[in-house]
Amino acid sequence: MVTQDSLLLNLPALVNDDRALARWGRYLDADVLVEIGADSWMLHIHQGKILEARRGPFRMPSFTFAIRIDADAFTEFLRPDPVPGRNDLMALVRHRLLRLEGDLHPFFSHLIWFKFVFAKLREAPIT
Amino acid sequence: MIENIVGRYLHIELNGHRQRVYFEEAGQGIPLLCLHTAGSDGRQFRAILNDPDITAHFRCVTFDMPWHGKSSPPAGWQNSEYKLTTDAYTGMVMAIAAALGLDRPVVMGCSIGGRIVLDLAAEHGAKLRGVIGLQSSAYTDSYYDLEWLHRPDVNGEVCGGIVSGLMAPQSPEHERWETLWHYMQSGPGVFRGDLNFYAVDGDMRGKLAKIDTSVCPVWMLTGNYDYSATLEASRATAAAIAGAELTIMEQLGHFPMSENPERFKRFLRPVLEKVRARG
Repeated sequence: MVTQDSLLLNLPALVNDDRALARWGRYLDADVLVEIGADSWMLHIHQGKILEARRGPFRMPSFTFAIRIDADAFTEFLRPDPVPGRNDLMALVRHRLLRLEGDLHPFFSHLIWFKFVFAKLREAPIT
Repeated sequence: MIENIVGRYLHIELNGHRQRVYFEEAGQGIPLLCLHTAGSDGRQFRAILNDPDITAHFRCVTFDMPWHGKSSPPAGWQNSEYKLTTDAYTGMVMAIAAALGLDRPVVMGCSIGGRIVLDLAAEHGAKLRGVIGLQSSAYTDSYYDLEWLHRPDVNGEVCGGIVSGLMAPQSPEHERWETLWHYMQSGPGVFRGDLNFYAVDGDMRGKLAKIDTSVCPVWMLTGNYDYSATLEASRATAAAIAGAELTIMEQLGHFPMSENPERFKRFLRPVLEKVRARG
């Protein structure tokens, strides 16, 4: 069972055995702070593998970049058939519902990997 | 099986440069000139040029803009920065249409092509049979830093990544990924250079009132999953052109002709029927 609380903690299991994702992300190293509404997670990524996913809150987080997403918009993003404007990370950026902050080079140089990974969460919907 | 599409090269001077422009065509009848999106090429219209119901009545032509697809950049490109402008784009379309002997063509363009057809209708409407704007809007604000599209330390894969979500999730996976492949093949800085027209130079809002749809009809087809040329932007554009016809295409996105050609043709066919009825 995946709950809102454990949502991103499930990512290593969803991502690390996917061979296609491993190829797209093979040069990716980053510490990514993910904030969905008031909830936060830290993803420690090395060579495209999520070595650690930790649940916040964090007092003084150090990270490569942060992804901050509106909670309601992310719930819609997770739907199996997302509506227009909620179907993609860049769609959320377009509608000012996703904000990026920090060194964005790892994000844009591996944009397809990040899109794949967040879309993976649709395979483990929140209960 | 060999397709009926024939590809050739046109040697032409465009904006002071000698260019070798690749174009493809199929069919006979009313000239239908198809303009590809930013950072891609004429392969996007493969399904149109291969449709016997369309090519029975239309001479379908698409060309790769210089710097795109099989049309190389001009000599000296290594010392220049590619930036598409409204004047250069409109001049190129009219010059190529004339060089190919297209008599009062219908011009159908997507995205930047859907933008430039508005300029063509405003400035050269009497020379055209009409325009079809796909994902057409008079103006689009920029919502991310375009510099990420042209950096030596970021692979061209980013161009595919940027546009992947613009397609409807219902579109066939293989068609979506071929569309992205075209983007990932784009030359360095080309997608960003096209977006100079789309997001900086090509604001058409002031020109829409010039369009006379009794001379040059304007048909607009907009997929609802497009968050670049949004429904709101297409609606505002259509509302500002007296007589323009806008159809919203459900379950299609920014690349209707390539992401889901069969679904797109359901929306295109009625427009082409209107073109034929006008003669």
